[in-house]
Amino acid sequence: MADLLASRQLRRWLPWVLIVVAALVLPALLPPFRLNLLGRFLSLGIVALGIDLIWGYTGMLSLGQGIFFALGGYALGMYLQLDSLEPGQLPEFFSLYGVKSLPAFWQPFNSPLFTLFAIWVIPALVAGGLGYLVFRNRIKGVYFSILTQAALLVFFNFFNGQQKLINGTNGLKTDTAVIFGQLVGSDGMQRALFWITVLLAIGAFLLCRWLTRGRFGDALIAIRDDEPRLRFTGYNPTAYKTVVFAVAGALAGISGALYTVQSGIISPQYMAVPFSIEMVIWVAVGGRGTLIGAVLGAVLINYAKSLVSEALPETWLFIQGGLFLLVVTALPDGLVGWWRSGGPASLLALVAPPPKLATYPELDLNPEVKAEQQQLEGPAGGDQS
Amino acid sequence: MDLLYDTLFNGLAIGSVLVLAALGLAVVFGLMGVINMAHGELMMLGAYTTFVVQNIFKAVLPDALFPIYILVAIPLAFLVSGLAGLLLEKTVIRRLYGRPLETLLATWGVSLILQQFVRSVSSAFAIGLVLAVAGGLLIPRFTPKAWWQQRWTPLLGTGSWIVSGAVGIAIASALGNQRALDQPWFSARNIDVTAPTWLRGSIDVGAVNMPAARLFIIALTVIALVAVSWFLQKSVWGMRIRAVTQNRPMSDCLGIPTEKVDALTFLIGSGLAGVAGVAVTLLGSVGPNLGGNYIVDCFMVVVLGGVGKLAGTVLAALGIGVLSYIVGSGSLLLVWPAMPAGLNDLITFFATTSMAKVLVFALIVVFLQIRPAGLFPQKGRMVEA
Repeated sequence: MADLLASRQLRRWLPWVLIVVAALVLPALLPPFRLNLLGRFLSLGIVALGIDLIWGYTGMLSLGQGIFFALGGYALGMYLQLDSLEPGQLPEFFSLYGVKSLPAFWQPFNSPLFTLFAIWVIPALVAGGLGYLVFRNRIKGVYFSILTQAALLVFFNFFNGQQKLINGTNGLKTDTAVIFGQLVGSDGMQRALFWITVLLAIGAFLLCRWLTRGRFGDALIAIRDDEPRLRFTGYNPTAYKTVVFAVAGALAGISGALYTVQSGIISPQYMAVPFSIEMVIWVAVGGRGTLIGAVLGAVLINYAKSLVSEALPETWLFIQGGLFLLVVTALPDGLVGWWRSGGPASLLALVAPPPKLATYPELDLNPEVKAEQQQLEGPAGGDQS
Repeated sequence: MDLLYDTLFNGLAIGSVLVLAALGLAVVFGLMGVINMAHGELMMLGAYTTFVVQNIFKAVLPDALFPIYILVAIPLAFLVSGLAGLLLEKTVIRRLYGRPLETLLATWGVSLILQQFVRSVSSAFAIGLVLAVAGGLLIPRFTPKAWWQQRWTPLLGTGSWIVSGAVGIAIASALGNQRALDQPWFSARNIDVTAPTWLRGSIDVGAVNMPAARLFIIALTVIALVAVSWFLQKSVWGMRIRAVTQNRPMSDCLGIPTEKVDALTFLIGSGLAGVAGVAVTLLGSVGPNLGGNYIVDCFMVVVLGGVGKLAGTVLAALGIGVLSYIVGSGSLLLVWPAMPAGLNDLITFFATTSMAKVLVFALIVVFLQIRPAGLFPQKGRMVEA
């Protein structure tokens, strides 16, 4: 058993096998409500991928991804509000605040094509602009985290306070909207949305994979590990950071739009400070610096959250707080990192009966020595990746 | 003109709470480069200490002593929050030295736990918690010596914590069946602290009306500032703190006990948060979410003020406090009634507490374009700072 767990092939492929099996089997097994939850959490996996790009690979901890998430959600929410109206009508809430004509910035959202782009272009532009202002002054580390959090609070206050523009704290409901002659909240529509989410999540994953392999990815990792050195080698970190932050913003926007249509409402609560920090912990638990870990973390933690909150609502904050502490102190590379570095095997080795040793314990048991041995004995040239 | 003074006075009072709250954060950040996300929750502990002290004075001690309860509460709040901070430093932050982003996440976890703790602590809960902690600390001492030389010894500590934690939860839920023990101490509701009579009136200087509570807060801030700057400038330990802030490795080489300096600074910083908590109770009712309302503002103070100089913190806090009050209350309109219409509309647009934050943050980002390291940056010749 320990040998099996220790094999590199298994370590590499088992998570994938599990995911493919889950993706094929779950839609048939789960009742609509649970499937809807899975779809929502998978869409949260997309924002987690973006956070992994900027935090896991580039070393910038953003506590403000909720901004871009909610911007994407609002873009789609506004379109759905307008789309289900007769010509000349206004969304219902406007009459409550005595607004007679549609505010100018709502107008473009009449067009489905514009909305399709707005969902990811607007968050990307906001992220790029905000990022450029911060990065060009070489503000980084904790300062960057604080500034993104403050920006989040500002956006929250703005959307929360502007009833006349965007229905303030009540948000925009989307599940009663009609699209393609179907209610967005209906079962069939939700099933379709689930598959759209799966496809987009795969697309986002492949995009991130493409970005993190190759030269661009190398530059990102170099920024994470030693930014001054990269700068002295003649690269301009600001450009790389701005681009990657904008990409993460676009992913967050797509994720927010998908989440909005599956949960039925977009409200300023998606920009609340705790939610954005939660996003970071999904990535941390799953394993930062591993793309699959980000998605897995988002799905697992949110599923756990919904299960625990149904059974024992008041314990969730304790569990969540404990998770933050545990991951940071004991599992710095997250679950996937622990799995890949042979964590289960070494845990098993602590309790299993001692293996028969052919040579010395240090030669037979030390994982580092074994890894070196494997490299030496492995296929010609050794598998370095 | 009186109106101007009135506005300035109120802005100053709000700003001085911010000074108190951000002072501890800034000192700790300057020394250790660590942002303590649980700082707001340490303030909350201070506020709840005030509440408990008030109730004890009401219930047990003679009425004549009631007016001075707030003076007793200040040192006690300092002590409670300071000790909580010390515990946090010894158990969590010390392990994460040199990893500021991880520390940020871990302290966020602590803040979640503290919030929920205040909401759900009851006698049963407290008994279970004490038993669990005592068990976790004591069980390893009473295990057979032979257990300490096994291969699974690394699991022993974790195992004993799991066992004692489970026992603690079981006892807490068993005791929870008794009504008297299950009653939460504070619950999730807000608590109100009654200010003693001498803080309830107000003093008129000219036509400016100064509520005594706000005068008291300003006085408290001044005293705390004088005490902290005396400590940092004149005492031996203050000198050590300044030395470590400027150059940690060099201070270490010269024989300054940096670990003790860290612990002491954290204790003082957290204690100041507790004192700020006392001040906050005088401004209105407080609840478990108190920390969240102040923490982002405190971070802004640290970013704007720069590290290593008290003057930066004070100026930044007062600036943010006064500016947000003036903008948020819309008092510019009252001072200058004959304003051009365009400007008038603009000011009305920002004249709510939340919209004032939007404006102030925008100004901070603009300011950071000119001076990226804050008002009083630390000067050095390293690449980083």
